[in-house]
Amino acid sequence: MTAVTANDVSLSWYEASARQRIDALFDAGSFFEFIGPELREISPHLSIFGLPEQFDDGIVIGRGRLDGAPVLVAAQEGRFMGGAFGEVHGAKLTGLLRAARALKQDVLILFDTGGVRLQEANAGELAIAEIMRAVIEARRVGVNIVGLIGGRAGCYGGGSLIAGTCSRLVISEQGRLSVSGPEVIETNRGIEEFDSRDRALVWRTMGGKHRYLIGGADIFVDDEALAFRQAAIAALKAGRGCDVMPLEAEQARLERRLQRFGEAEDPVEIWQALGIDDPTDVPALPTGAFLRAANDRENADDAR
Amino acid sequence: MEKLSFRLSAPKRAGGTRTQAIVGVVASGNLEVLLERASPADTCTIDIATAANGFGAVWDAVVRDFVARRSAGGLRISINDGGARPDTVALRLAQGVRKIEEPER
Repeated sequence: MTAVTANDVSLSWYEASARQRIDALFDAGSFFEFIGPELREISPHLSIFGLPEQFDDGIVIGRGRLDGAPVLVAAQEGRFMGGAFGEVHGAKLTGLLRAARALKQDVLILFDTGGVRLQEANAGELAIAEIMRAVIEARRVGVNIVGLIGGRAGCYGGGSLIAGTCSRLVISEQGRLSVSGPEVIETNRGIEEFDSRDRALVWRTMGGKHRYLIGGADIFVDDEALAFRQAAIAALKAGRGCDVMPLEAEQARLERRLQRFGEAEDPVEIWQALGIDDPTDVPALPTGAFLRAANDRENADDAR
Repeated sequence: MEKLSFRLSAPKRAGGTRTQAIVGVVASGNLEVLLERASPADTCTIDIATAANGFGAVWDAVVRDFVARRSAGGLRISINDGGARPDTVALRLAQGVRKIEEPER
């Protein structure tokens, strides 16, 4: 057996492109792309609006090896249209997940998305529904679907719904996970409710540390491609199916969580209620100290 | 949107054996460049779709300079542009020919 080699160059996950992330994640030279840019499978909608297309429609899909094991992968490019789901973008991920079910192969989804692309909203919304169904159908036959969140666009809108159906979620401090984004909340509920320009508030409420503390994500990592690789290997080994009992337990936990923290005005109050000694220090804590402080965090257990 | 096409005679043939390479992302001030070995060895074709209208003369100057300086013979280059500046375009094109020359793993 040949030794597995990963790209060990230090790379910020947040700053990297979708293709750079895949290169750094997989065993060196093992990635093979499906429906690559040379096939020019572009969006049929963007040209109507006079908008530039991208040859891969903002998502790279394919197969590779992770620590020797065959894995399927989809990586969103957060800088193209905010990584948003359109018709082709969504169909590529749906197809990959259906292949995963047929092949019984695990999948990594590298989220970097603001949600559905407004210019092709109907197709995008349908794609989100198809993808969630495909995730559950794959999980029902024992396939693990692990989401990695740490990109510039975060994981918002329909992307956050898909993330909620995954077997496991890995997140970095830079990663943000939320249904509505900061600007959406401010637009709908006013600046008193949420000031989208307050970056500390955005990261405090939607960022990786808070999501990890309240059981919205399962593994917390540094903003390093190698850290995401190791976390992905560990998450795939956890191996869990998708059954009704853990989902009912999770529903009960979420109801308890709402009772426990529903009155909180700010995440710092939640961190205090979780028993963290110096809750205002959480945003400044380095990873090691943060993970120790997070000992009594909320946990989604086997539901995700 | 504006579409531009160039077919230029290239003094130097592109190196390496990779069949294709892609660099960059379509975003504001950025562009993607797809390079394929699909032209005669002494020719470079460049097709551009750009969000910024009316810059044909600038594109003409940038791609002619690129083909004169770099090893671009035999390449079919396709560009999706989100309004990148000429220096960014020149850097991406240089990055592209370097990438298609890289040894295959």
